[in-house]
Amino acid sequence: MSGTSMTTRAWLLMLPLLAVMIAVIGWPLADTVGLSFTDAKLVGTAGNFVGVDNYVKMLASSNFQRTLTTTTIFAVISVFAEMVLGVLAALLLNQQFYGRTVLRGLMILPWALPTVVNATLWRLIYNPEYGALNAALMQIGMLDAYRSWLGEPGTALASLIIADCWKNFPLVALIALAALQAVPRDITAASLVDGAGPFARFRFVILPYLAGPLIVALVLRTIEAFKVFDIIWVMTRGGPANSTRTLSILVYQEAFSFQRAGSGASLALIVTLLVAVLAAVYAVLVRRTAGSTS
Amino acid sequence: MLKAKRNALMGAALVGAFFATNAYAETTLNALFMAQAAYSEADVRAMTDAFAKANPDVKVNLEFVPYEGLHDKTVLAQGSGGGYDVVLFDVIWPAEYASNKVLVDVSSRVTDDMKKNVLPGAWTTVQYDGAYYGMPWILDTKYLFYNKEILEKAGIKTPPKTWDELAEQAKTIKDKGLLATPIAWSWSQAEAAVCDYTTLVSAYGGDFLKDGKPDFQTGGGLDALKYMVSSYSSGISNPNSKEFLEEDVRKVFENGEAAFALNWTYMYNLANTGKDSKVAGKVGVVPAPGVAGKSEVSAVNGSMGLGITATSKHPDEAWKYVTFMTSQAVQNQYAKLSLPIWASSYEDASVTKDQEELIAAAKLSLAAMYPRPTTPKYQELSTALQQAIQEALLGQTSPEDALKTAAENSGL
Amino acid sequence: MERKSFPFSFFIHACALLLAIIILAPVAWLFIMSISPAADLTAKPLVWWPQTVDFSRYGILLSSVENSAGAAFVASLVNSILVAGMATIAALALAIPAAWAVSRTPSVGWSLYMVIATYMLPPVALAVPLYFGLAHLGLLNSVFGLALVYLTILAPFTTWLMKSGFDAIPREIEAAAMMDGAGLFATLRIITLPLAAPVMATSALFAFLLAWDEFFYALLFTSDLRAKTLTVAIADLAGGRVSDYGLIATAGVLAALPPVVIGLVMQRALISGLTSGGVKG
Repeated sequence: MSGTSMTTRAWLLMLPLLAVMIAVIGWPLADTVGLSFTDAKLVGTAGNFVGVDNYVKMLASSNFQRTLTTTTIFAVISVFAEMVLGVLAALLLNQQFYGRTVLRGLMILPWALPTVVNATLWRLIYNPEYGALNAALMQIGMLDAYRSWLGEPGTALASLIIADCWKNFPLVALIALAALQAVPRDITAASLVDGAGPFARFRFVILPYLAGPLIVALVLRTIEAFKVFDIIWVMTRGGPANSTRTLSILVYQEAFSFQRAGSGASLALIVTLLVAVLAAVYAVLVRRTAGSTS
Repeated sequence: MLKAKRNALMGAALVGAFFATNAYAETTLNALFMAQAAYSEADVRAMTDAFAKANPDVKVNLEFVPYEGLHDKTVLAQGSGGGYDVVLFDVIWPAEYASNKVLVDVSSRVTDDMKKNVLPGAWTTVQYDGAYYGMPWILDTKYLFYNKEILEKAGIKTPPKTWDELAEQAKTIKDKGLLATPIAWSWSQAEAAVCDYTTLVSAYGGDFLKDGKPDFQTGGGLDALKYMVSSYSSGISNPNSKEFLEEDVRKVFENGEAAFALNWTYMYNLANTGKDSKVAGKVGVVPAPGVAGKSEVSAVNGSMGLGITATSKHPDEAWKYVTFMTSQAVQNQYAKLSLPIWASSYEDASVTKDQEELIAAAKLSLAAMYPRPTTPKYQELSTALQQAIQEALLGQTSPEDALKTAAENSGL
Repeated sequence: MERKSFPFSFFIHACALLLAIIILAPVAWLFIMSISPAADLTAKPLVWWPQTVDFSRYGILLSSVENSAGAAFVASLVNSILVAGMATIAALALAIPAAWAVSRTPSVGWSLYMVIATYMLPPVALAVPLYFGLAHLGLLNSVFGLALVYLTILAPFTTWLMKSGFDAIPREIEAAAMMDGAGLFATLRIITLPLAAPVMATSALFAFLLAWDEFFYALLFTSDLRAKTLTVAIADLAGGRVSDYGLIATAGVLAALPPVVIGLVMQRALISGLTSGGVKG
């Protein structure tokens, strides 16, 4: 078969996917771009062209800047913690101990729990009056009075991050574990003979095997953390005093609660752009590590 | 047997529908309610069953969402032609719903009889610009609930008449070691916080708006927030109030962990007779207090109405359902969690029985109901106020600055 | 494996125990809440294990009495299954030919990378137009509309997984079959797809779990029993007047059951899918 007819066939096979993607992603995205230059409302008026007004207003608003900071803190800390905990758990699961198979199996539990169920569960655990966390900490004497975990700006975001980490670090652990199992036994043995300490061994022998899969996990998790909506919506709705309001929640408020479809669209595109820049940075990173390991 | 017959009928109707579009199909209404405060889900289902029995040709599908989702759901469903026919709406939304044509104007359907016999305060719930956008259904305001046993132990003879008295009595209870934090509020970042705030604004004689511009950042509006902050920071209020919604307040109160609580009508019978309540028989209720020299009692208009959506294809059946749900007979029958909109019901022994205290409080409170501002931009104003209240409570900013910022962010 | 000293082995076992507790405690508590009497859950100090085990809430939520809370829950359960099922099937139907084409004709790969790149898009960037579009088509508050929208998430993801699956199947096998005179579709049907069956299963599982988990679009685009999914039903339950935390927990357990069972049983397939996609993606 000739090259051109191969290409034609490939396009034909891709046609359904591309057509659907254009219908459910391409067209809405283009429409969002269009909307973002208008003052359209969600119900009623179609809106007038207002140029880049929405963008200027949104970027300048203190709400946006504060929300961006909150989102960044949430994303950076939770993803970092998930990576570290995930790798540590993977190293542990790669050791020999009784019940290893069972524990490996259990690791899938938090990941399989739907996000909304996870959020609801942790909201019950953090309940200031009847929550299990207060009760447990009190009974073992680590707390002398019940605390309002989701009611204080200081602890609310941290509590959300813990809930998010608990759900997501096991997945990182499983991915890392699969990569660890691919490390040839004789290489670790050889490094042992060379007298490499445990840290040097991890850094120079094991980490290169982990780097590829971990970076992919890192990219996916960061993007997801930046878009976070569900867990926050269910647990705090952005409170207290908007200290846990993330970008997605802000867009929801703007576009749906306040029904300003135009400025909501511009805000959504700003978020998209931020995520795209992040992903581009990562893409460069991935290429570099791929270059250095191969 | 009956069921088989009905299925056959429905099958016939479906086949018929292909030829004579809907000629034989029974009417199905979709109605949106909230799963919070006022009538319980079970009550609403029972009322609806009664309606279905009386109107076999109309079927009503019920949907319950949390109060927090009620507004957004209603607005979002506008887009789908087959959305809701009947929606429950809060007193603060008719302005927005009317300007965005979410609800239909039912002024011509409201009879003179209704106008005459329904309490005037209830009518304000559904009116905007002189037109009626539905029937009032839940006539509600926040009352001050107290735990009689705790007050007695503290040697307090009468419940507070002013907000300052409330603070003093709470302090007495705290100092005597009866409860560490005697007052429970719903100050979560939600509309609930604005309702508590409004109650206080009415007590201090404040204004939300003056000539369409924010006016809550000075005078009574500021005093109200200052009271909340001092009540919070002096330790007489449950610090967890800042993440409480009404249901959390009820739980704490029913568990005997609050001497005082501000909450809606529905808490009275649930706490006083409910099987999960540990304070059954010990619940007292009075109007929310006033401020010396400014007011006797205070109250927020927290009423809600039932309206017909602009997209409903069955406005006549929907109106039939609305009038049934808001009828005096139905409301009198289910008067335990929400009080009727009908003036004469308050003299009806079957309504007042076993809740004389609540009725007595209601007579004073309902007459004093203070509205939250009427503006199509209410959601923005409320969001800004919620943030201001929480920031001031948490000590992040002074009440003055918090309200000033809220005024700037209110979109007005 | 190198020989371990006793202190080291003890340390490892202690860590493993700690990890097991961290993983299990919240899940176990969810289940315990679901079978504890309501009074236990608001007791101070908290009752950690109920005196009398109470399974009645499962009955309440799974009852089919018309216009009851149970009927509402069951309806949302059915909706979740329908939406996730339809979206999964549609996503695979789109992904398989496209993934195979890209795998065998890398020169068109750039278009696939564009599809995959849409994973970055926050759903809020598409929500408003999708809302208007669905409204226009009369697909708001419909399981079909929601399944269609879920393709925005599922299709890129499954295509990505399927492509790495096809990459692992040597094209020489296909070439050999073609030489023997089999046509393209016969080759695919007889040779390639059976070989790709494990990846297809993994992709389907992932797609189903992703759809089962989705909340944002469901929150926006559904309004009642006709289309509301489990995630929204649970959020409604937790946000509304449910004085009994146990009932919320029970709903959580029921909603978590299908994905947890899938996760536990199909763990190997899921992990291999993730890592193969991860390494090659």
